Amino acid sequence: MSEAVLKLPYTKEDFVSGQEVRWCPGCGDYSILATMQRTLSKFDLPIEKYVFVSGIGCSSRFPYYMNTYGFHTIHGRAPTIATGLRCVNPELSIWVITGDGDGLSIGGNHLIHCMRRNVDINILLVNNRIYGLTKGQYSPTSEKGKITKSSPYGTIEQPINALCVAIASEATFIARTLDTDPTHMSYILERAAKHKGVSFVEIYQNCLIFNDKAFVPVTGRETREDRMVYLKDGQPLVFGKKKDKAIRLKGLYPEEVNYTAGGDTKDLLIHNEKDENPHYAYFLTQMEHPEMPVPFGVFRAIEKPTYDEMLDEQIRQAQVKGKGDLKSLIYGPNTWKVGS
Amino acid sequence: MVAVKSKTSANTITIRFAGDSGDGMQLTGDQFTDTTAVMGNDFATFPDYPAEIRAPQGTLPGVSSFQIQFSDNIIFTPGDQADVLVAMNPAALKVNLKTVKKGGLIIVNENSFGEDHLKKAAWKTNPLADNTLKDFQVLKVALTDLTRNALKDHPLKGQEVDRCKNFFALGMMFWMYDRRFEHTVAWIEKRFAKRPEMVAANIATLKAGFNFADITETLQTQIHVPKAQLEPGVYRKITGNEATAIGFVTAAQLAGKTLFYGSYPITPASSILHELAKHKVYGVKTFQAEDEIAAIGAAIGASFGGQLGITGTSGPGVCLKSEALNLAVMTELPLVVIDVQRAGPSTGMPTKTEQGDLLQVMYGRNGDSPVAVIAPKTPSDCFQMALEAVRLAVKYMTPVIFLSEGYLAEAAEPWKLPEIEKLPKIEIRHPKEEKDPFLPYSRNPETLARPWAVPGTPGLGHRIGGLSKADLTGNVSYDPDNNQKMILLRREKVAKIANDIPDLTVEGPGSGKLLVLGWGGTFGAIYQAISDLTQEGVKVSHAHLNYLNPFPKNLKNVLSRFEKILVPELNMGQLIMILRDHFPGVNFLGLNKMQGHPFSVFEMKNKIRELL
Ligand code: SF4
Repeated sequence: MSEAVLKLPYTKEDFVSGQEVRWCPGCGDYSILATMQRTLSKFDLPIEKYVFVSGIGCSSRFPYYMNTYGFHTIHGRAPTIATGLRCVNPELSIWVITGDGDGLSIGGNHLIHCMRRNVDINILLVNNRIYGLTKGQYSPTSEKGKITKSSPYGTIEQPINALCVAIASEATFIARTLDTDPTHMSYILERAAKHKGVSFVEIYQNCLIFNDKAFVPVTGRETREDRMVYLKDGQPLVFGKKKDKAIRLKGLYPEEVNYTAGGDTKDLLIHNEKDENPHYAYFLTQMEHPEMPVPFGVFRAIEKPTYDEMLDEQIRQAQVKGKGDLKSLIYGPNTWKVGS
Repeated sequence: MVAVKSKTSANTITIRFAGDSGDGMQLTGDQFTDTTAVMGNDFATFPDYPAEIRAPQGTLPGVSSFQIQFSDNIIFTPGDQADVLVAMNPAALKVNLKTVKKGGLIIVNENSFGEDHLKKAAWKTNPLADNTLKDFQVLKVALTDLTRNALKDHPLKGQEVDRCKNFFALGMMFWMYDRRFEHTVAWIEKRFAKRPEMVAANIATLKAGFNFADITETLQTQIHVPKAQLEPGVYRKITGNEATAIGFVTAAQLAGKTLFYGSYPITPASSILHELAKHKVYGVKTFQAEDEIAAIGAAIGASFGGQLGITGTSGPGVCLKSEALNLAVMTELPLVVIDVQRAGPSTGMPTKTEQGDLLQVMYGRNGDSPVAVIAPKTPSDCFQMALEAVRLAVKYMTPVIFLSEGYLAEAAEPWKLPEIEKLPKIEIRHPKEEKDPFLPYSRNPETLARPWAVPGTPGLGHRIGGLSKADLTGNVSYDPDNNQKMILLRREKVAKIANDIPDLTVEGPGSGKLLVLGWGGTFGAIYQAISDLTQEGVKVSHAHLNYLNPFPKNLKNVLSRFEKILVPELNMGQLIMILRDHFPGVNFLGLNKMQGHPFSVFEMKNKIRELL
């Protein structure tokens, strides 16, 4: 049920639906929801143009809480529904909300194909490295050896790296952010919204019930400055409490080096999100804890024609000389007459 | 010396072309069919080929056949048994021998009956040399040699020459049945426009075959089949899948909507995707999805977006789509699922026909999940039923299953074209911005359909999904009474469609001992059997269900007027199970066949006789 028509400019509250939010108190999803509502309220796209599509899982309840059009679909399939929707309506701003289980396990196939087609939608993969809604089984991003209800002896599975999948699928916008840094998240959401083509954003999210503090070794207050590196286009990958460390290439591998602000950057790795070639972005995804600081920010932002644009263009081309008429469709190339 | 030949006439003839998958038998059959259409006969065809693209040459699994019955009468089947079999090799002869009438003519390419080919086809002795073919007339033709001879002055080489031999056989058939060859000549000229040497060679072979038949001593009589008394009008040849595709494009135009077709390639539904992909000039959007689930998901997304979402598949694909189909049931979005049934279970026999998916589409989902189910009965009827599928889906905000069959998909018949101006518009009204709060699960009192509010419309923002829905608001609700109410509402909505579909009509006596109640593609065989028997003075009636859920309202009354109801189905008795549930006490009897082939008229007549 929606209330009277909302007019621009919006407030965050305009994006809040009447439905009671049912995530566990303290769940990281709250901050993602609030950041989304706040970020969208700053844009001048009419509120009726937003559609949130989700699959199944804790984070997939997201659409119910947004005062926009929404579709809470079935497990793993949100990208397919968003694809169909985008193909028939070029004006909407479509957001897919998925999780590590929904997007990378049951829906892995759709995720890959949606990204390789460059369908103009935004996909937020809320990664908490656990199954929350089904009460605590390991997920495809759970670390090897993790003890959960379904792996009492520890998992024996190699975890999947969401951003690697995105790069292998040639997604045109790839980014990572985290639930505990709303400012950064808002920046990334804005970038994703403005990108034409598929945007894939991994959000580190804390599930305090079944996998509390899973990201703390990287993103915790004590460690984050040494173990996270925020990517800035055209700048070296600087990190450390005193901003005194950067990354340089040693052969094909990253290496930590000392850095002084304003110093020589000649040997340093300089971030280039517009690199058409996927090698560099892939290299960044391989910077993992504990060997290396973990990158956050925009890994890749390149331009390519979108699926929906090309689909429309083929139709436009076919109709250059006018639209087809029913008679020639039904009659076809060969007819014959019986009687007079 | 040229023999003086006589000319006789016949009412109905059945020809079967059979050869290796690479011998071009489907093409040969198509060409014979096109010419037959232009010459004014009624006809029905039956392409019958293996699932493998090119099974090993000369083997039994590699045999591809094409059967056509043509007549000066109105006919609905491709004929039970062939008057003439053209067998290009020993394997084709072996596989198709049982399809030839006793006393029928078998034309074989005797060049292909060498040791090697006989062995591949598992003939212990040469059937041309022993008693195997004693019940038939046999015409041995050195097709390969004659083709090579006809092309000896042409620049074509080796394989290219040998590949022309199907046109030699076609030329012979054209002579035998007094057909003109201009249509095929025109086709060859168009097909090979860029290769004049191929045009010349194929035409030369066609004519050589025609002339050979004219002069050979063995063929004494040319047979003429007069024009059929088809209803006056403009006709085209159409297969079921073509009619399906054209029907849905037409429906979209009549509804003023974009047709969005999501599909994953699967036999025998793929040709619908191929056909629709050509129609961009009509604004059709086809989406070849990564799998069956994505295909239906995207179609649901398009429907949510206010356009016409359709997905097409066969039985195994329906299995994969069932969860998403249930989402469309719960969210009450219009959607059409085309199921071109094939022989199952599992992968089954992909290129063979069956009616085995009825119970699956009716009941194969979790929870109580009603959908409308309709089924075309002939290839051209697919057009009309496609319009119906869309009309019902958008009017009742419900998924509709369009239950076609492999046999209908590929069979061709003449189609009397509809008057375009008289095709009814499909009315759709989307809600617009209102003063009152928008209720996405409020209902039209007549149809019980909920409003189809399109994303992008100001003031109508709402959330739908697979979780149980509260009445009116559509909010998530786990309220027990509400859940029961919504399940009953959805059932009632689909049941109400019965008020909006034509009554079932009965052909033949309106009451009596026996009614044959068919559905789908069994129409042809039932129709033919009953018209034959009626001519013999037998009293039996026929009714055919186009609508399987809900049933026409007068079905109960129709059933009450007959002592016995025969329900022929290409499955173990799926419709009969539903009928027994709806109409307890009625004397339903089954005729069931699960061989991947349609019923023959002969089988149907026997069963009817047995019950009278
Ligand atoms: S189970 Fe975990 S992810 Fe789910 S709502 Fe609770 S805290 Fe959030």
